[in-house]
Amino acid sequence: MDWYPLLNSLRIAAISAGIVFFAGIAAAYYIAKLPRLLKGVLDVVLTLPLVLPPTVVGYLLLRLLGPRRPVGLWVLETFGARLTMQWWSAVFAVTVVVFPLMYRTARGAFESFDETLAQSGRTLGLSNTYIFWRIRMPCCRQGIIAGAVLSFARAIGEYGATSMVAGYTPGRTATVATEVYQLWRIGNDMLAARWVAVNIAISAVVLLAVNLLERRQGR
Amino acid sequence: MLLVDIKKKLGDFRLAVSFETDGQVLALLGASGCGKSVTLKCIAGILRPDSGRIVVNDRVLFDSEKHIDLPPQKRRVGYLFQQYALFPNMTAAQNIAAGAYHLPRAERRETVARIVKRFHLEGLEDRYPHQLSGGQQQRLALGRILAGQPELLLLDEPFAALDSHLKWQLELELMDTLADFGGDVVFVSHDRDEVCRLCNTVCVLTEGRSETMAPVRELMASPGTVSAAMLSGCKNYSRAARLDDHTVRCDDWGVTLRTAAEVGPGITAVGVRAHHIVPGEGVENNISCTVSRVIEDVFSTIVMLTTPGGGLLRMELDKERWAAVGAGENLTVHIAPEHVMVLTGGVECTI
Repeated sequence: MDWYPLLNSLRIAAISAGIVFFAGIAAAYYIAKLPRLLKGVLDVVLTLPLVLPPTVVGYLLLRLLGPRRPVGLWVLETFGARLTMQWWSAVFAVTVVVFPLMYRTARGAFESFDETLAQSGRTLGLSNTYIFWRIRMPCCRQGIIAGAVLSFARAIGEYGATSMVAGYTPGRTATVATEVYQLWRIGNDMLAARWVAVNIAISAVVLLAVNLLERRQGR
Repeated sequence: MLLVDIKKKLGDFRLAVSFETDGQVLALLGASGCGKSVTLKCIAGILRPDSGRIVVNDRVLFDSEKHIDLPPQKRRVGYLFQQYALFPNMTAAQNIAAGAYHLPRAERRETVARIVKRFHLEGLEDRYPHQLSGGQQQRLALGRILAGQPELLLLDEPFAALDSHLKWQLELELMDTLADFGGDVVFVSHDRDEVCRLCNTVCVLTEGRSETMAPVRELMASPGTVSAAMLSGCKNYSRAARLDDHTVRCDDWGVTLRTAAEVGPGITAVGVRAHHIVPGEGVENNISCTVSRVIEDVFSTIVMLTTPGGGLLRMELDKERWAAVGAGENLTVHIAPEHVMVLTGGVECTI
């Protein structure tokens, strides 16, 4: 069994989850401070990938990043690199699809934060940076970690947008999800079943971790 | 010295507060929702007034005309929140250290040790706030604030979060703390007893407006307005009109009463405290009532009387005295003229 798809899936998920972790927290923190109308609009836009079919996200990304499309063409001409059909092209797809998960959980965690703690911190002379890192983040820690783990789990399982933006090239862009589809398509049921088992095992472990975290939070 | 003169609009609510105090404990007394907490937040810099001035000891914290608006971090205003706002992720010692964060490390450690001792928190340094009792939490919150050496203290209903049996001990401790502090203190409360014991001056807030500012005793003796009288604990009100300098017609009670205080043209109501109504006939101000209800309280008897005008009077007296009266259905009571409070301002809220 060639383990490349597993390695590829894990690195794509790790990078995407890393990006989404910081981007989701930053978005949740700053959007909460915006005026109501702008907040509502941004909230819809940023949550949209959660409910759209991943193929629609993939389509939109191709319209943007494809080699004859504005951003893709510019990158191709400037750096001589294609943005699609590389293993790391999947990072774009996965990041966009997973972002709402992190953004929503972080926002939920921040919303349950007692704002008087930040206010009292300010009257005590503490800087906003101190309050964010030493009070707000530690108080919201459980929710944010749960969001990060959930994002990672979803990132491993992403199929639709990945298959459109990164395609399926054995040994180059194959992930666990695209590998399963490919094996099933060519009738290699045995190998497909093995990859399915691998996928279920990883996802189960990750979800178990989320549950353990939530139980600790409940205490 | 503290000078506050601010205006702020929050939706339909308009705040217009102005008061001044010098080295004293000033109480902001008012019903809930009258703008007490908003006022404190404006002073602390958490909310921004639309216009006005806030000055502490010749330091201008806010001046809308001169475009001065210091951030909360620079105001040196200690704010004790109703629920104390202790940082739940930090131990008691770390909470105090956060209050002294501007100091160099060695000095910070000394400050923590000093505050722990002064506020009787020895042995609790490594506990988290949720492992402390309500009283310990309050001491910790006060200590944390004083570790930052503020110039002004704002106390937002400091006893609201406590069980009643803890209150008294903490009130005694707070008296000591306030005496040591020396600077200006603004104490927000809706409890006249607390205010009476802890404060020197009272500023009454009604629907976002500061009205009376007076020494505590004076406010209790002659509140001046209906809302101040209510906050001072007065239970009986009647709409009233002036007849002459010392006579009023009380519409709700259907009687004419003599007053010791001079009746101004602005009179809208009179108020009488429940324990100033005395059974039996007096020299003047007799009211013949019917007894509508008798309620036994812990140490006193409360008697609800129906007046000739139909309005009710609430009379409170010792159980023994009520037993001695031995009243039937009808009872004549009297009120000494010096106990008839002449009041101005809206009466809707009382009747």
